[in-house]
Amino acid sequence: MTTISAVHIPLEERSAQTRMASPSRFGDKAFELLTLTMALAVVVLIILIGWQLWNGSSLAIKKFGFRFLTTSTWDPVAEQFGALPFIYGTLVSSLIALLIAVPLSIATAAYLTELAPLWIRQPLVSLIEMLAAIPSVILGLWGIFVMIPWLREYPFPLLKRFFGWTPFFTGPIYGPSMLAGGIIIAVMILPIITSVSREILRSVPNLQREAAYALGATRWEATRIAVLSYAKKGLFGAVILGLGRALGETMAVTMVIGNTPQIAASLFQPGYTLASVLANEFTEATTDMYVQALFEIGFVLLGITILVNLLAQLLLRTIRTTSATRAVQ
Amino acid sequence: MHFERAHNHTWRKIKSTLASTVAFVSAILVIAPLALVFLHLLVNGAGSVNWDFFTKLPAPVGATGGGMVNAIVGSLELLALAGAIGIPVGVLGGVYLAEYGSTRVNLILRFLADVLNGVPSITWGVVVYGLVVLRFKGFSAYAGGLALSLIMIPLILRTTEEVVLLVPNGYREAALALGVSRWKTIVHIVMKTASKGIITGILLALARVGGETAPLLFTAFGNRFWNHSLSQPIAALPLQIFTYAISPYDDWHRQAWAGALVLVTGVFCVNVIVRLLTQGRSASVV
Repeated sequence: MTTISAVHIPLEERSAQTRMASPSRFGDKAFELLTLTMALAVVVLIILIGWQLWNGSSLAIKKFGFRFLTTSTWDPVAEQFGALPFIYGTLVSSLIALLIAVPLSIATAAYLTELAPLWIRQPLVSLIEMLAAIPSVILGLWGIFVMIPWLREYPFPLLKRFFGWTPFFTGPIYGPSMLAGGIIIAVMILPIITSVSREILRSVPNLQREAAYALGATRWEATRIAVLSYAKKGLFGAVILGLGRALGETMAVTMVIGNTPQIAASLFQPGYTLASVLANEFTEATTDMYVQALFEIGFVLLGITILVNLLAQLLLRTIRTTSATRAVQ
Repeated sequence: MHFERAHNHTWRKIKSTLASTVAFVSAILVIAPLALVFLHLLVNGAGSVNWDFFTKLPAPVGATGGGMVNAIVGSLELLALAGAIGIPVGVLGGVYLAEYGSTRVNLILRFLADVLNGVPSITWGVVVYGLVVLRFKGFSAYAGGLALSLIMIPLILRTTEEVVLLVPNGYREAALALGVSRWKTIVHIVMKTASKGIITGILLALARVGGETAPLLFTAFGNRFWNHSLSQPIAALPLQIFTYAISPYDDWHRQAWAGALVLVTGVFCVNVIVRLLTQGRSASVV
């Protein structure tokens, strides 16, 4: 059959078919290759960022070795570089931020998905998205001229009066401090933890809620037993994702943390973070070893944030698949 | 017995109301910074946003007055440079993930893009400093634009992939059945259908990097005058706000507030446009 019909196709029509077929097949190949090249950009970027930071700091890594992470002298003139105060500052400021942001964000997410009246939900979500859109430098500006004077006036003296017996709230109150840095980071990560937690809570199957209500649970009991505890793992993922952002937060922290490389127990003392030291000192670095040490700081920062983000991705991935599969069952 | 049960029930209801109240107060506390920042931007910045601000160069150090016209234009130039690299790479890469890639390849690429999205923005500044600034011996608009574009690529890639996947398969099948080649189907049917979503993603990415300061500190570097060549340092609005905010001069603080008000207005305008485009479908902040 096919051979017969093929024979009957007029010559010019057949050549038209072949003429059309070959360039379009070429176009398909070319377009696929083009888009593939662009998609591979993410692979190139990962390699590039790792290679550049490693390469830029190789001399410092060779010279200081592991000491770089465990000593706390940062003296560019004597070419002695120890990153411990910056690592400490990054971890402590992020921890403060999490302590403030996590309860607020998860409570807000629960409010948005479970407890709030329907009409209030969408406007609140829009407002939280707007908060996420505020550039870091503007929060820093607000931190310097509004938040810090207010903190110095009211909350800090109160903390000192009631908790002055702990080592965390002792000593003189300057204003720019580890605590101020932690608070501004908390503001920066509130939106991301809230919106990811909200997504997680929304993905909890309705069957869970219905079962709780059928047993006579109140709204809060249903939220606590059927929704929050079901979504525990995903919420943990949201918190870790927030931690990843907190560790790398730069401008707002740099503007309020005081930028002093020291390890002090009191949160009223100024501190310094990995990201802040990059922001402040990169353009001032004159000697090769100084630049190398700063590249190594960047390398350490990248390492920490990538590890934290990997953990967050893993947690969020499993919760998505398992909740999906459970919902189907 | 009966009384006790009723009492218990009342207590549980009170607890439920209490929990709702606590959650409500949390929500208020979460959006309080937004309201406070806005209020102070208006109070401190509105008085200084005037004709001079949009038309004059910064005044010499010590003198009062002047504006930020070079920083506003500089920010737009940097966004154009960043978009020229970031938009095509991000959009076409996203199309690959949605249209061609095998499940396993996509899983890896998507994962890498998410990891890149979590890389602190200052790190991109450090990388571009090493790649471009050290190599070509100088800060430049090109370096700044490149740093911003590298942040845009994974952002745009992920949003493009998501919206292209939303296009129903019937559209593709209909076009292919009519003898349209695959790539023409993708460009003219699939991407056209998803164009609103793709543009939304691009706008959000531009708004995000438009407010970035950290990656510009040692790439674009900033400039108190007009930038006459893209291979020279260039001013940017967020950089100028940072420099003025940490300076000791009152007049510069005043201008920092004005600059911040202008920047926030720009960023929010883009977000409102996005909201109108998506019409009620909430745009993800992640």
